[in-house]
Amino acid sequence: MGLASAESDRMQRGRAPADRSKLTSPIMIALSFAVLLAAWHFAAVTWPSRSLPGPLPVFQTFLRETASGDLPYHLGMTLWRVAASFVLAMVIGSVIGVFLGSFRRADQFFNPWLILFLNIPALVVIVLAYIWFGLNEVAAIGAVAVNKIPNVIVTMREGTRALDPRYAEMAAVYRFGPLDRLRHILLPQLQPYIAAASRSGIALIWKIVLVVELLGRSNGVGFEINLFFQLFDVAAILAYALAFVAVMLFIELLLVQPLERSSTRWRRRAA
Amino acid sequence: MNAHQLAGAAARLKVNIEEKSFRTSDGGTIEVLRDLNFEVGENEFACVLGPSGCGKTTMLRILLGLDREFRGSVQLPGKVEARMGAVFQEPLLLPWRTVEQNVRLALPTHLRDTSLDQLFASLGLAKMRGFYPSELSLGLARRAAIARALAIEPDILLLDEPFVSLDASTAQQLRHLLLGVWSDRPTTALMVTHNLQEAIMLSDRIVVLSDRPTHVLGTFDIRLPRNYRNEQVNADLLRAFREKFAGIRTEP
Repeated sequence: MGLASAESDRMQRGRAPADRSKLTSPIMIALSFAVLLAAWHFAAVTWPSRSLPGPLPVFQTFLRETASGDLPYHLGMTLWRVAASFVLAMVIGSVIGVFLGSFRRADQFFNPWLILFLNIPALVVIVLAYIWFGLNEVAAIGAVAVNKIPNVIVTMREGTRALDPRYAEMAAVYRFGPLDRLRHILLPQLQPYIAAASRSGIALIWKIVLVVELLGRSNGVGFEINLFFQLFDVAAILAYALAFVAVMLFIELLLVQPLERSSTRWRRRAA
Repeated sequence: MNAHQLAGAAARLKVNIEEKSFRTSDGGTIEVLRDLNFEVGENEFACVLGPSGCGKTTMLRILLGLDREFRGSVQLPGKVEARMGAVFQEPLLLPWRTVEQNVRLALPTHLRDTSLDQLFASLGLAKMRGFYPSELSLGLARRAAIARALAIEPDILLLDEPFVSLDASTAQQLRHLLLGVWSDRPTTALMVTHNLQEAIMLSDRIVVLSDRPTHVLGTFDIRLPRNYRNEQVNADLLRAFREKFAGIRTEP
């Protein structure tokens, strides 16, 4: 009864201001995860099997791997690869996207290339990168970036087409320098597109990084998952995968969202 | 065939546009400006008056260097490169920067750290420095745009109907504010308008333009200092103007 009334109370409060409804309440998130954990536990108890360990054994494996230092090390390696290929893909993709968005001729010429790259499977790029450049870090990170770059190009090209030329003219009249134009004219207008590209980017990149690690690296979460697959250690597979998902969620909550809020604060304070 | 020359010592604005036309979407051409020649003296406030759609904004874009597809020449005042203060029809403030940031960004490097207190105070913007443009009314946004144009200590001030779509009293208040800050540091100014009374109130010289293709019909000089002008004088000037340019479409 008490829970039900608290629940309805929260729902009413959540609905009132439009601003708050965007941020999912932490209690709702906790409750949602609790239900998922319970369902998992229930399934594991009902059908006991080595291939479906319950939450508790997975958590114990997580603690053991963390204590031995293996999990933080492999997590760190994967995280660094995600970060490196993310930065690489965003910078290269944005530059090419802004270029194609600004020059229609170039866009017409390069568009078929873009469609080609958009449709090459990630696996093919990874395998070719390893064959051509060897089983090394550069090939791994490069292959992940190449998989993401076409998506960034498409998004940033749209953003560039939507630029308001009047701001560029104002900047020309007042003789803004190249750096000021980038910081105060171009980037603020592209911000929603950059945010969209980064969001879908992080989600895509970390999944591809695992494949790259599985195929040609000797560390990282992907390598470990392959190892535990051969040992048929499902608890360890889940422990590594969930630990990394948790890290990505924290990055989203503690880094991406606050950054987005601060860069769009001028929108919210409309008169 | 066009040239943006610099005046050197003579701080005059000389406009000699022989021809400017636009290509239409069906392949034809529309001639907008034809033999448009006039001058504005040093520290003179001139108004360009003409019917709507006659190409006033096109002329201003040529002066601003935003449109270089024309035949003729334009000579701007200024020593090396004319510093232009522009107030566009829309305020065109960057919505993601505060009022003060918008003004400071336009400043040339040697003025970057200058104090803007006096300018903001005289335009009544002292309390709005930290506001974002979306928090300002149109009148206040126009003031911020005027502040930006004057803060750079321009060699020439170019204004494109800066008082349109404001209610009469706000527009009048803004005209007084503009005159106030302009008089503190006079500079060669050219304002495009289709409001005759506004032109009479503000300018030393009115350049009257024709319909398309636009050329100068004549000029109307007002040598009386602004502080001697009052409603009676302005009414007389208005009558004199109407006699000289009988049959010109102008707003009342």
